[in-house]
Amino acid sequence: MASNSKKVLFGLYNDEEDLKSAIKVANEGHLDIMDVYTPFPVHGLDPVLGLKESRLHYLGFIYGATGATFGFLTMSWIFTRDWPIMFGGKPYWSVPAFIPITFEMTVLFAAWGMTITFYTICGMWPGVKAKTLDDRITDDKFCVAFDVTDASEGDVDQLRGFFSRTNAAEVNVKTI
Amino acid sequence: MSHAVAPVRHILIEGNKSYHNITEDLVSPTEKSPTREWIVAFTLSAAFLALYIFSIVWTVWKGIGEWGANRTINWAYDITNFVWWIGIGHAGTLISAILLLFRQRWRTGVNRAAEAMTIFAVICAGQFPIFHMGRVWLAFFIFPFPNTRGPLWTNFNSPLLWDVFAISTYFSVSLLFWYTGLVPDLATVRDRATGFRRKMYEWASFGWTGSAKHWQRWEALSLVLAGISTPLVLSVHTIVSFDFATSVIPGWHTTIFPPYFVAGAIFSGFAMVQTLMIITRKVLRLEEYITLNHVESMNKVIVLTGTIVGVAYLTELFIAWYSGYIYEQFAFYNRVFGVYWWSYFGMMFCNVVSPQVFWSRKIRRSIWWTFFLSIVINIGMWFERFVIIATTLARDYLPSSWSYYRPTWVEISIFAGTIGLFFVCYLIFTRVAPVVAIAEVKSILKVAGDQYIGKNANKKHH
Repeated sequence: MASNSKKVLFGLYNDEEDLKSAIKVANEGHLDIMDVYTPFPVHGLDPVLGLKESRLHYLGFIYGATGATFGFLTMSWIFTRDWPIMFGGKPYWSVPAFIPITFEMTVLFAAWGMTITFYTICGMWPGVKAKTLDDRITDDKFCVAFDVTDASEGDVDQLRGFFSRTNAAEVNVKTI
Repeated sequence: MSHAVAPVRHILIEGNKSYHNITEDLVSPTEKSPTREWIVAFTLSAAFLALYIFSIVWTVWKGIGEWGANRTINWAYDITNFVWWIGIGHAGTLISAILLLFRQRWRTGVNRAAEAMTIFAVICAGQFPIFHMGRVWLAFFIFPFPNTRGPLWTNFNSPLLWDVFAISTYFSVSLLFWYTGLVPDLATVRDRATGFRRKMYEWASFGWTGSAKHWQRWEALSLVLAGISTPLVLSVHTIVSFDFATSVIPGWHTTIFPPYFVAGAIFSGFAMVQTLMIITRKVLRLEEYITLNHVESMNKVIVLTGTIVGVAYLTELFIAWYSGYIYEQFAFYNRVFGVYWWSYFGMMFCNVVSPQVFWSRKIRRSIWWTFFLSIVINIGMWFERFVIIATTLARDYLPSSWSYYRPTWVEISIFAGTIGLFFVCYLIFTRVAPVVAIAEVKSILKVAGDQYIGKNANKKHH
């Protein structure tokens, strides 16, 4: 994640509908959007932006299966190999009694695994400094950002033209 | 207008709010100096917390003999309080997980506070079994880990150990769910703050930017966490009920316990959410976000679960009679007419009779009635656990061992003290984090705001 600082040209919109129509215009003009920032999850944004569905839930399944296997095998090993004790005349390997803990381990592993993965792939962790373009993005502004580090003046003018055509409320440049 | 809204949808955000108004209203309580009400409430709670610490130190120093539990009634006040708190701790995850799966929009107004309540209630619940162990410095023995004692492992066939796993899983998963939901809102607080406060929230919000891809993953994570938390929340109280149901004590050894405990937990949890929300919305002036529609929806859940609990009580009595098994019949006769008859009638009145008034729409939408009944239900659910635990043990198989239990001042102080612990945590929470989920409320504004739906809707709005 050793990214050098980027020069970003961004426009702020006042409403999520303005944002979505602006992104459609950008797509038609083949403009390369760096990222879109919103104060809340905007419905219908992913298809417009062409974001693929998150694969987080597949990982969740794998973590859960790991937890179930780990829990069940640990209990089985302890009660049949490491230290077999008979409780109440039941068999050593009393599978039905292992179900509750196996279930809890499934949930525990899936939840922790997915959450840790989520923060890791988003590059989020305590102490990470947010690359905030504008403080109002977490309040009521909807932002479309372009990376203009290596852009020519003509490209920047084209992007500014795009923002004015799509009624962006403000257009700014910031290095993050 | 790109969003069609069904006319049956309720208004969930009043006052013609813009996105900025929502931020302003929900973040400002964390930015202002505490109000006088808050300071009074906090001082009082802190006093109870001090009482808690004192009585716990007393217990650990002198031993469990300071409690009123005896050889016949060896589970009494503490386990009653444990189950009571755990039950209360069920509403948060129910609201955030099950209602998310059912796409109930009204959850957005109350989920954040209810989840916080869940976490604090589980912390309070945990105190009782931990200190009932007696030698609390050996409490880590409940976890299986490779050791030099044999190796001596825990008993994986015991419902008490299932409880250890269920409750610790529930606590940690609820914490993850709650905090991950909180991160974007902490970023909102961060972006309004300056100086040291900004640094603190910068740290707490993990560098959240609001990127579209992050939101997408955040929603995917929330949905899957909701999906796995739903069976989890049901499993927790099921396993708590196994503590009783897998025993051979008449009155405990019944198959109805899991569903009956889960319904009771939801019932008491919602009652506690009502108690807290009615105070919170008033003190923090959030009436436009936690509306009468929210209160009414929760009261509907209360009347449903209260009725399920009532049916379970009557089923227990019927099955005891129908079983033809005299010990079972005696256990239930003793519950109703025995030495603790008053707690049985208290339970019946508070849990079965009182919530029935919520069939009336007027009462469902009355703040005073709701507040009063939420307290009554909390008391009733405490009686329920006391009835199940103490009444059953007081009259066991051996009449020479019959006994009576009354709590000592130490036990009463510990219980009152956990209420202090709970409110200290909750009051601190209202100061440092937005009590209502800001981003989630914004995301439903256009389908639940009063300028968009309802009779005063402004059709010309953007």
